[in-house]
Amino acid sequence: MNKIFLVASREFKTRVQKKTFLLSTIGLPILIFGFYALMIYFQVKTTDNFKVAVSDQSKLFNGKIDDKKSTEVIFSFIDADTAALNKKLIDKEYDAYLFIPNGYNLQSGEPQISFRSSKALGLMTREKIENRINNALEEKKLLALNISKGQLDSARLENNAIAFTTNDGKKDNETKVGISYAVGMIAGFLIYIILFVYGTMVMRGVMEEKVSRIAEVIVSSVKPFELMLGKIFGIGAVGLIQFIIWMVLVFGLQFLIPVIFPDVAAQMQSAPIQPGAMGAVNVAKESGALQSIMAGLAEINFTLIIGCFVFYFLGGYFMYAALFAAVGSAVNEDPQDAQSLLLPIMMPIIFAMVIMTKAVNDPNSTLAIFGSLFPLTSPIVMMARVAHGVPDGVTVVQLIGSMALLVLGFLGTTWVAAKIYRTGILMYGKKVTWKEMWKWAFKNN
Amino acid sequence: MHNILELKNLQKQYATQKAVDDVSFSIEQGSIFGLLVPNGAGKTTLLRMITGIFYPDSGDLLFDGKPFDPQNDFVHIGYMPEERGLYKKMKIGEQAMYLAQLKGLSKSEALEKIKFWFKKFEMESWWNKKVEDLSKGMSQKLQFVTTVLHEPKLIILDEPFSGLDPLNANLIKDEIYGLAQRGSTIIFSTHRMEQVEEICDHIILMNLGKKILDGTVTDVKQQFKENKFNVQFKGQPTELVSPIFTIEHQEKQQLIVKINDGYNSNHVLNYLLQQDVLIERFNEILPSLNDIFIHLVEGSKATTRAFQNN
Repeated sequence: MNKIFLVASREFKTRVQKKTFLLSTIGLPILIFGFYALMIYFQVKTTDNFKVAVSDQSKLFNGKIDDKKSTEVIFSFIDADTAALNKKLIDKEYDAYLFIPNGYNLQSGEPQISFRSSKALGLMTREKIENRINNALEEKKLLALNISKGQLDSARLENNAIAFTTNDGKKDNETKVGISYAVGMIAGFLIYIILFVYGTMVMRGVMEEKVSRIAEVIVSSVKPFELMLGKIFGIGAVGLIQFIIWMVLVFGLQFLIPVIFPDVAAQMQSAPIQPGAMGAVNVAKESGALQSIMAGLAEINFTLIIGCFVFYFLGGYFMYAALFAAVGSAVNEDPQDAQSLLLPIMMPIIFAMVIMTKAVNDPNSTLAIFGSLFPLTSPIVMMARVAHGVPDGVTVVQLIGSMALLVLGFLGTTWVAAKIYRTGILMYGKKVTWKEMWKWAFKNN
Repeated sequence: MHNILELKNLQKQYATQKAVDDVSFSIEQGSIFGLLVPNGAGKTTLLRMITGIFYPDSGDLLFDGKPFDPQNDFVHIGYMPEERGLYKKMKIGEQAMYLAQLKGLSKSEALEKIKFWFKKFEMESWWNKKVEDLSKGMSQKLQFVTTVLHEPKLIILDEPFSGLDPLNANLIKDEIYGLAQRGSTIIFSTHRMEQVEEICDHIILMNLGKKILDGTVTDVKQQFKENKFNVQFKGQPTELVSPIFTIEHQEKQQLIVKINDGYNSNHVLNYLLQQDVLIERFNEILPSLNDIFIHLVEGSKATTRAFQNN
């Protein structure tokens, strides 16, 4: 035990002391945050004071498009023909003009309204302008049909016209389902990444020991099994630490956004969601979106999710790390050999990812239940189901069963991997096939 | 004398053949023991069994008079394999600390011993360097230090001098003598026979997994001598013909003679004195270990076997 600890602490220390660790642990979230902040910043800033001249030849709008007091797009009515308007664009007096030709027919839309800008419009700006003009046109059309805006609004069905509930009488909130979807997807995807990143790290560590021939020196003092476990624990600790730092940074930086960009925060309060951004969130009506998301988030059991996440993170990592170690031990100098040997390990991970995308939509389908119980796929698939809560997404029995199976799976793969590892780490010179690894694992030698 | 290691009918078989086939020998404590094995004839397997990495299929292995228990006895063994390695990116001081601690030393013990050896080998300034910055000879020295650091009872050195300049080779050689004097036993494996003759007390030669020779260096040489003598004389050479010996080689003032059966060196001397040859030197030519090795191993299928092994 003491030796496992020695090996693990060496693995941990050498990795944490590396510059790349610091770079990827601290640098990466800051980079992502910076990118994120920059994106928001530009989204809010770019459309500042976009001046549009409106030449309304058929007196359609009566000098006013709508009641919005926007600083982003300013419509000002002038009376000028297209030639004069073009000149104003060239003189940079205006950024764009809207020309409504004489004799414009509201019903047929003929002759067509034209919009010309000095530069191609950004997507956001274009959408804003289009929305405002279309809304104004729609209102005019309705008026022509003798329907007022108020009448139309009252005729429209409210979002909560139908009350969705589940059998146990709980409200089945659409926002909550959407958020569960997002949370499940993110958690499952994170575990998928973890399995790959840290699994490969274990494999590389084993290969390094084998190729540098230090393995023979070490195994004369440490049992190969202890060496393997020590490596897995050490790298697991690195992963956990890295993850905790990332979490802290992400949450910490999020609070920094309002401090750095006060006006951005204000903007986000009034219009938090961009059109077509996230399907899950789109459900929410624009006005109360933030409150609605907050309410949805509050309904999600984060203690359960974080608890399960840590369990499946560690369980999945330990199970796969042993397999990655076995592959690493079988590889010689040529890293390309690793590719073909890795395939059978990568298959279930990728397969799990596919099941997971189905399971977030339908957490109680047979496929999802199978995927969340089978140890090789459960770390990823179960996160998708857990996000929907207990017992909506997964029953207590299934959750406990899946955890128990994962522990058994971990013990099983480690036992098999250790036998392969023991033989492989001291075997030099020849290319190892899966058939041989199978022999090492299941024949006594 | 007390035996540190005893092998009795040790066997280890791989799928198709016996890597170590019924090998028995014992090693006296404090001796320097030469293990001579041609390539691919079972040396690595044998050493891995002695270091507890492999278990024998059958046979007994006694360490210090008791059945070998790798779990506990590993602290008394230091093994420097032929294919050696160190963590390339790790600092030298930390690396030595790690390997020493794996051998069961406490942190303070390890530090103390590492400082002692680093000082002895003038390696103190290396502490914060990385292994990848060292030359081959330097990392060899480091490897030797990490092998003997924990004062093992049994030290196994596989080609310890490869890649070392004569100065550093002597440094290591002196340390080997010193360790043996202080009671450590050394198993020394090499293909450089002149080193074996110089250093070892006792040797065994293995081929095709079997022991084919076992004895002290002097005994082995006696066993394989061909009764050849070197005669150096003064004056003009005369025609020398006698049933006592046959002349194998003749130079201006030197003869190499092979004594025929039923005669001994005194007969030769007597004859030469009668012929009035003025003898300056008369000595027996013993075969070198190199000759013995080649004589015994040549013609066997050691190399082909190595391929079959794979």
